[in-house]
Amino acid sequence: MNTDAQRHGWLYWQVSDAIVLTERALRHIPRNPELLIFSTIQPVMFVLLFRYVFGGAIKLPPGVSYVNYLMAGVFVQTVAFGSFTTGVGMAQDLQAGLVDRFRSLPMSRAAVLLGRTLSDLVRNIFVVAVMFGVGLLVGFNPQGGGFEIAGAIGLLLLMSFAFSWIGATVGLAVRNVEAVQSAGFIWLFPLTFASSAFVPTASMPAGLRAFANNQPITHIINAVRAWSLGVPVGSNAWLALVWCAGIVVVFVPLSVRLYRRAASS
Amino acid sequence: MTLDTNRPAISAVALVKNFGKTRALDGFDLEVAPGTVFGLLGPNGAGKTTAVRIFTTLLEPDSGHAEVAGLDCVRDANRLRSQIGLAGQYAAVDELLTGRENLEMVGRLYGLTRARATARAADLLEQFGLSDAANRPARTYSGGMRRRLDLAASLIVTPPVLFLDEPTTGLDPRSRLSMWDLISELRAGGATLLLTTQYLEEADFLADRIAVIERGRTIAVGTADELKRQVGGERIELTLARGSDLDAAAAALAPHVDGSVRIEAETRHLSAAAESGARRLADVVRDFDAAGISIDDLAVRRPTLDDVFLTLTGHGAQDDEEEAAA
Repeated sequence: MNTDAQRHGWLYWQVSDAIVLTERALRHIPRNPELLIFSTIQPVMFVLLFRYVFGGAIKLPPGVSYVNYLMAGVFVQTVAFGSFTTGVGMAQDLQAGLVDRFRSLPMSRAAVLLGRTLSDLVRNIFVVAVMFGVGLLVGFNPQGGGFEIAGAIGLLLLMSFAFSWIGATVGLAVRNVEAVQSAGFIWLFPLTFASSAFVPTASMPAGLRAFANNQPITHIINAVRAWSLGVPVGSNAWLALVWCAGIVVVFVPLSVRLYRRAASS
Repeated sequence: MTLDTNRPAISAVALVKNFGKTRALDGFDLEVAPGTVFGLLGPNGAGKTTAVRIFTTLLEPDSGHAEVAGLDCVRDANRLRSQIGLAGQYAAVDELLTGRENLEMVGRLYGLTRARATARAADLLEQFGLSDAANRPARTYSGGMRRRLDLAASLIVTPPVLFLDEPTTGLDPRSRLSMWDLISELRAGGATLLLTTQYLEEADFLADRIAVIERGRTIAVGTADELKRQVGGERIELTLARGSDLDAAAAALAPHVDGSVRIEAETRHLSAAAESGARRLADVVRDFDAAGISIDDLAVRRPTLDDVFLTLTGHGAQDDEEEAAA
């Protein structure tokens, strides 16, 4: 049987395949409600725990309330942990033999990965929106103007997309669903906690502080925080953008390369 | 697209593939004529799946040459993918999607428009007896239904060459028979089909020609009849009540069978090739009675994969499996 492939060019099929597989991954979201519920409950729990358990003990510059400080950190942490889901999804596709099926089809080699990263972006939007609501309930009071808030949201989405490709790379490299989950904790906990997410880095010992001040999560948090509080963002904005772009440039080809060689065993 | 009838639809020359220290394919050769069903028969770990994975562009061989539909499996991999369908032993369906959504997705990835993919999915669901379950997530399907859905997915664009990797492994007898019916229909439709199996019976029923594969090599090729002739067709097997009767029993059995009598002293077990064995049983029983030899168990058995291996290699299929697992 002839397909319609001959009538269109390469780019058309890249986009078309990516749409088909994004649709597929989006359909997964409501059919796996446990995942959505837990990936929403966890950050909400972080907001409540940090707000009420640690909030009183953490020293901040005068005039900043802890909940206003905290929210940017929890937003970014949530998005970072969301990249897990992409990795777990890829490992599941490998284990189920679906990657074999896709690789035997005349289709784009990046579409499966794009489908997963884009649908995880949509899920992250939902989770961040829920957290925003919970933040407002516990006293979060963003001061930034419309432009700044839009900047903060835009950066979170960019980060979500970029980190999903790290997740996908880990998923394809580790290949086992449980191992991907453990591997995610190993790199995500240090990265999110050794940052300005929950406490100002000034309180950390020198070596740790140097790491915390110069890693991507801190730049992203600082930029999101500055925009949501309506204070000057400084160099954090462009550093955050450069980091996200760098992650995309490195991890997109890396994960596509792993995908091309992936073999479900 | 139709296949060039003068060239083999599938061919492999001296394929070698290593996984670490394990040599999965060790100079594997194969030739499959267009429009035929070819059975690749061998135990677990013999290299069947590795061969299929190379033909379907999922793996690159370390050396050797593989071609499908006149296209090189490495160099022309991209073009080849639109000429093949693959149904694997793990039934690669998306569990969270419904049967219909699975087929529509694969159709669109083959390059069909949304409307054509929808129409084709509906046809295949009907043809494969899945219409009633079409709108249920595939995770609610039974093993047999998943296999049928997986097979349907490989037929979306009716590709000229189909690969079925152990299409019935793990299925209950009824589901196996329904898979056999579906595969027979495909054969009638003129597809070139390579299927792998661990069951001689299955290769016998479905395949025009069979290659027996062991440790990454083809050790015998022929029609089912040719292979069975090598093995000796049906066998008469019996177990004696007393070990002391072994020699007398072998002598009494010899005139009724085609080949030499195999004796396993420890288990008091005798066996020998005997075509149309059932018709000879009465004579065997009469002679044994006359000689005063009592029998615990007596049966006519059709040759199994184990017999093929025993005959071709001098050891059973099981040994290979254990080595592969080790």
